[in-house]
Amino acid sequence: MTTTTLTAARAGLVSCGTCGLLAQQVSRAAPGHCPRCGARLASRRRGSLETTWALVIAAAICYIPANLLPVLGTTTLGSTAYDTIMGGVVFLYTSGSWPLALIVLIASVMVPLGKLLALVYLLITVQRGSIAGNRERTRLYHLVEFIGRWSMLDVFVDTFTVALVQLSPLMSVQPGAGVVFFAAVVVLTMIAAASFDPRLIWDADTTTEPDVA
Amino acid sequence: MTGSVPTGPSGIDNWPESTGNTETLACPDCDLLQVVPELPPGAKAGCARCGRTLVTQMADPIERPLALSIAALLVLILANTAPLMGLSVVGQQADTTIVGGSWEMWRQGQELTAVVVAFCAVFAPAAYLLCTLAVLLAARRPPAPRWVGELLRWAEAMQPWSMVEVMMLGILVALIKIAELATVEPDVGMYAVGVLMLLIPAIQSSFDPEAIWQRVTWADDGSLPADGAVQAVGTPDPRSAP
Repeated sequence: MTTTTLTAARAGLVSCGTCGLLAQQVSRAAPGHCPRCGARLASRRRGSLETTWALVIAAAICYIPANLLPVLGTTTLGSTAYDTIMGGVVFLYTSGSWPLALIVLIASVMVPLGKLLALVYLLITVQRGSIAGNRERTRLYHLVEFIGRWSMLDVFVDTFTVALVQLSPLMSVQPGAGVVFFAAVVVLTMIAAASFDPRLIWDADTTTEPDVA
Repeated sequence: MTGSVPTGPSGIDNWPESTGNTETLACPDCDLLQVVPELPPGAKAGCARCGRTLVTQMADPIERPLALSIAALLVLILANTAPLMGLSVVGQQADTTIVGGSWEMWRQGQELTAVVVAFCAVFAPAAYLLCTLAVLLAARRPPAPRWVGELLRWAEAMQPWSMVEVMMLGILVALIKIAELATVEPDVGMYAVGVLMLLIPAIQSSFDPEAIWQRVTWADDGSLPADGAVQAVGTPDPRSAP
């Protein structure tokens, strides 16, 4: 038996985005305010796809200088050597701590790129009205939300390296221009993930019967 | 104990009257309407369509997170005042704190990065803990005033930006990198960050926002005209109580 799935939106109800209260909206155009917490009600996050696209594109642009520009410069007795993100990974690998090199490689290179690709995939499938793999796509969305913060790792590593190694004229470390672009990629993708509404994944799906497992 | 909840009916006409034992809500991930039965303490209910956890009935939603947040606040003060690590090389000594790291970035011309570091490492964890503490203290004696809801919203907004565990890993990687060049010693601040990294997730896993919302005075006190007022569905409305 196939039944029409009853969502809050189809029943003319709104779930408050702040406190989760289920409420009867005043009208579809102006749902009103939540009687419990006072927040403005919205059936779906306003301008979700447009905002997420804009932030993903901005993050993708910042991703290029973040990887090409140096993040650290080490001055030893007058001569300065610059390191990019990948350079830092190679330094950790050649200095013998390959587990750390792997952690930094995953957090700084693979996670930001994977996050951008995953968000683009979610945006395109939602816009094409795809109904395949809804559960998997929702899980992918939560994975993007969960791992996003870990890309900030390199920014913290650079900060504490710069703060500690200030032993001029012997040796000193300066931050490079790439750090701020890298931090921007992390912040922009985190806001992008927060502005995407996972309910849009399910909106195209009108006929599936909920599977009670 | 984890189990799926029964799904809602296919028409709004035969919608069950909400009693004190059940709650009707929409899944925040897929918007499916469903009725959640009363759960025993410690039990969870998942969405029948997408599997998201809808309700977690905490055994002790106030006192346990309250004790943990008081402990976390004390450790946070220590983590921010004590040096994280010290460095010594041919007679020269140096050490740094969290704020010291952000300040050095600012001094070296990376003002924006310094602000991001200070926000994620100091401001967001402090704001999250202070708001959570105030919310829990006020919610001990219901009905809690309306500002409790406002602070709860702040605590939830700060939560993703509070990156203590990421910072801890960052400190460790920096420590190992610098150890190639000089002698580094972990200090009190670093151990405090390590403890904080465990306390914050412990607060989050024992905290139940729904338990707080149930204790907060409703924003709309029933003074609005009936035709413009939003009606609650599926949750007992204290405004209509005799």
